[in-house]
Amino acid sequence: MKRLQFMLTRVLQGLVAIVLIATVNFMLVRAAPGDPVSVLAGEAGASDPQFVAQLRAQFGLDQPITTQLATYLGKVVTLDLGFSYRQQQPVLKLIMDRLPATLLLTGSAFALSLLFGVTLGALSARRAGTWVDSAITVVALVFYATPLYWLALMAVLVFTVQLAWLPGFGFSTVGSGLTGFALAWDIAQHLLLPALTLALFYMAVYARMTRAAMLDVAQMDFVKTARAKGVKPGRILRAHVLRNALLPVVTLAGIQAGGMIGGAVLTETVFAWPGIGRLMFDALLQRDYSLLLGSFLVTAAMAVLFNLITDLVYTLVDPRIELT
Amino acid sequence: MSVNPTQAVLDIVNLSISLPNGADRALAVERASLSVLPGQTLCVVGESGSGKSMIANAVMGLLPRPHVAPVNGQILFEGTDLLTLTEPQMRELRGRRIGMVFQEPMTALNPVMRIGEQIGEVFDAHLKVAAAEKRQRILAALADVGLPDPELTIDSYPFRLSGGQRQRVMIACALVLEPVLLICDEPTTALDVTTQAQILKLIRELQQRRGTAVLFITHDFGVVSEIADQVVVMQTGQVVEAGPVRRVLDAPQHAYTRKLIAAIPDGQAQRATPTDELARVLQVQDLCKTYTSGNGLFKRGRSVQAAKNISFELKRGETLGLVGESGSGKSSVGRCLVGLAPFDSGRILFKGRNLSQGAAFRKEAAGKIQMVFQDPYASLNPRHKVGAAIAGGPIAQGVGKTEAMARALELLKLVGLGADAAQRYPHEFSGGQRQRIAIARALAMQPELLVADEPVSALDVSVQAQVLELFAQVRAQFQLAMVFITHDLRVAGQMCDHIAVMQRGEVVEYGETHKVLGDPQHAYTRKLIAAVPRLASPAHHLTMAVA
Amino acid sequence: MKSPFWRRFTRNKGAVAGMAVLLLVVVVALLGPWIATNDPWGMVQQPFLHPWTEPGFALGTDTLGRDILSGMIYGARISLLIGAVSTVVALLIGITLGAIAGYFGGLVDSALMRFTEIFQAVPSFALAIVLVAIFQPSVGSIVTAIAIVSWPPVARLVRSEFLTLRQRDFVQAALLAGQSTPRIILTQILPNAMSPIIVMASLMVATAILLESSLSFLGLGDPNQMSWGYMVGSARTVLRQAWWMAVFPGLAIVLTVLALNLVGEGLSDGLNARLDGRTK
Repeated sequence: MKRLQFMLTRVLQGLVAIVLIATVNFMLVRAAPGDPVSVLAGEAGASDPQFVAQLRAQFGLDQPITTQLATYLGKVVTLDLGFSYRQQQPVLKLIMDRLPATLLLTGSAFALSLLFGVTLGALSARRAGTWVDSAITVVALVFYATPLYWLALMAVLVFTVQLAWLPGFGFSTVGSGLTGFALAWDIAQHLLLPALTLALFYMAVYARMTRAAMLDVAQMDFVKTARAKGVKPGRILRAHVLRNALLPVVTLAGIQAGGMIGGAVLTETVFAWPGIGRLMFDALLQRDYSLLLGSFLVTAAMAVLFNLITDLVYTLVDPRIELT
Repeated sequence: MSVNPTQAVLDIVNLSISLPNGADRALAVERASLSVLPGQTLCVVGESGSGKSMIANAVMGLLPRPHVAPVNGQILFEGTDLLTLTEPQMRELRGRRIGMVFQEPMTALNPVMRIGEQIGEVFDAHLKVAAAEKRQRILAALADVGLPDPELTIDSYPFRLSGGQRQRVMIACALVLEPVLLICDEPTTALDVTTQAQILKLIRELQQRRGTAVLFITHDFGVVSEIADQVVVMQTGQVVEAGPVRRVLDAPQHAYTRKLIAAIPDGQAQRATPTDELARVLQVQDLCKTYTSGNGLFKRGRSVQAAKNISFELKRGETLGLVGESGSGKSSVGRCLVGLAPFDSGRILFKGRNLSQGAAFRKEAAGKIQMVFQDPYASLNPRHKVGAAIAGGPIAQGVGKTEAMARALELLKLVGLGADAAQRYPHEFSGGQRQRIAIARALAMQPELLVADEPVSALDVSVQAQVLELFAQVRAQFQLAMVFITHDLRVAGQMCDHIAVMQRGEVVEYGETHKVLGDPQHAYTRKLIAAVPRLASPAHHLTMAVA
Repeated sequence: MKSPFWRRFTRNKGAVAGMAVLLLVVVVALLGPWIATNDPWGMVQQPFLHPWTEPGFALGTDTLGRDILSGMIYGARISLLIGAVSTVVALLIGITLGAIAGYFGGLVDSALMRFTEIFQAVPSFALAIVLVAIFQPSVGSIVTAIAIVSWPPVARLVRSEFLTLRQRDFVQAALLAGQSTPRIILTQILPNAMSPIIVMASLMVATAILLESSLSFLGLGDPNQMSWGYMVGSARTVLRQAWWMAVFPGLAIVLTVLALNLVGEGLSDGLNARLDGRTK
């Protein structure tokens, strides 16, 4: 019951956050150089006077600013994110078409990064001071310093151009007409490089954090108590050290989720993955600000949702959290 | 199992433990020897840095190798030298034949594991027991150590338990498989006096019932007197004295032992109470303070009443002792007195003037009310030189820089540190020296009222005695009115003219020291006095009779 | 030179290596216009020149015949400039807000923390893209955008430091002595909070450089500045034929950011500080 209450409060807070971000969007359009209408219309739409007049009326751009804000927020709440003149479709539809692909990509990357990151970090901590530890630390440091887009390009260079092991572009093989399991396998092959590339940076983050947290926890009094009870080292590592070390990692995962969604923009651009990130890139090129801001709002909503989920997971994992 | 009653359970022979390079000495423990017989308690006493904890850790094989390691000697447990055993062999013994209880109960239990599981681990590590039987035995163990509601506790997490309760769980873990040796490393140091008394009683009972040998590490001679059969006194890694407890306490041979015993405050008032009508410096009337915690932008928190209708008076040159355990509200009252915390109702009159709240309080007092804090390691800014720290106060009040520095140097001499201390940083000084600097800093403001919040609780016994002496000297010299906050009745008895005993925010007893300690009226006061571990022997009895 | 800080710093070999690389990059950046043999925008040679085939063009040329080595030298200048300036701005914002929240606590703290949380909830790179896109790319808008997305972690760190330090007895003693609030914040608390802030600052410069290069890669860099990210971005479509156009600028980024991270770890060791505020 308490957990439900907690969830509802957090959901409410999340919604408030999204409304605030929408307001920021609104203010950005106003603050941009030039006429707000032309910003909303985008480069393509601004040349069509009829479209511009339509926008002016829809958004009430000759009305006082508070009314404009109310109108805008009203539209957002009813999921009307505007119209992309260049692509001749409602922004919402464009985004919804791409959303599954991005979710698939970020979801797999998130899972991969956590799984491998925590495992490598734990291994590193267990063998602290040995060559295994040094190797993992060096590798983590290098991936932590590598720009996502460059890593993606190098991956394409090596695995697609040179070795031709994996496809480097797109969601699935175009025009192949595959269905069912064969299709899933095809998608998986296309997914592997992008997901892995996106995951590597965060893998490094989680590995370092896990290692540091485990070394920290190993120094704590209750670990000494466990040793004094004669508990075997394997169990101490799992039930005492790792169990406690995972807490800060979960918190970190929540914070990094936003970063990963942002990173999807770069990954999708390089791999031509048909997701929201790619959409944002196209919107940039086309100076289609309605589409850009709409995509931004949706990615922000995704990040808020991610945060909520990790918060919930954290309360499940740490019994000390009072859910009042 | 039958054991030859005269064969020692634990026999440490010439043990030496090394320290890493760069430590203040080469050996943490040097050629120490001791013996614990079955059914007996041996106390190892010493101040911080004496190496006493090292011995305990060495027996269990828990030293942080390779930095700190045994380099010489033997640790014979039931005839086998533990230092020759492999790690898996030691693991067999730990928890099963030798149990250990540590000092800090608040951090000694895994915060995300249920109590039942933490005790169950001991079974899992050594025996194969069916789940139902294991649960029964855990419940029995929890009941054995006096925990109320074992059914509830077994599924609880540690954060629901108090310090005393967690220590009981630790003892349950250590004793559940009925080891022949129990090692206790300062298990009651972090607990309240009344809780300490309960835990000591528990350990004694369990020992008597099961015939366990106990190796007890402590710094408090009072505790030694209460539970030990044999005593070993350690100083900087060496055993300086050993023998049966009565002999060592009544007729100490070594100078260090004598010094330690003499340094224990005996609770006798050492000064004459001024009888002439000096000015009333402080009057507190119906002081109330409530804490609310957990307040956020959108939620209400919990409230605790830290002070309820506190009233007392203080004259120039007099000392009032505020005595209580943790949670009694004594520290809160102290902070209200100096203006560091606002209070909710009541009045504080300083030299007849009613002081208003918060920052205005401090301004009106103009620095004439000062405080000496508890933790010598946190009360000085690590980035400021000592001289600057002392002079900072007067400078903030408008005194010129040169005059302030001159005053600082004078005060440093007064508290027993040379003038060259002014150019050094706090980390270069010991705990006792830092408290002296803190006193000098308070005196630099030329205060008329000094509030000391547990100023000696964090210090070793011998250093404690010196700092208390300094307080007495300074008080006489400047005719200070002092409020002395402490949990130690012995210290209060020595330093104060009047004592106010606080429990849960209220003053339950208030009067002249000899009356409160000699003829306590309130049940709680009597309980506190009874709980103080004393050296019950003819030469060192406290003048506190239990009414 | 042999102060305890340097002793601890130099014990970390990675940090020493990082420091060396960083100094090299800084020197290259400072002496840039004098050591680069060509104008980075000048189309001086045949395009698609392979590296090490023509003297004077050690790293080859790009799609328009521009010298890649010169481009990288100028790229160092812009990356370091943007990295440093945006970090300083983020620090100013973050330290101020964090100090106020941590010192005064209560409602002020709650309000400021809600404000900070909103910023942290948004994916920072996406926000940076939006900001730079709307306000048109320039060094100014890029610095502002990076600063805006980077200040929340600083504020959180400073806030938690101030919350703990505020309760320390030596601050209480300063209050009793009658020291004024600004004086206490600046002379008592802040000096003790500096160590983790310094460590964080070095990591922030690294993140800022990554952010700037990512923005340039997407075409949101200042159009008048040759930047590493831009170079990689313009090489994207010709990856198959001209691998060197993407590899060298990317390596430069990796080495610089790696060096900064290593130096950050060295600083952490040297100052005995940890980013969660506890001393080691």
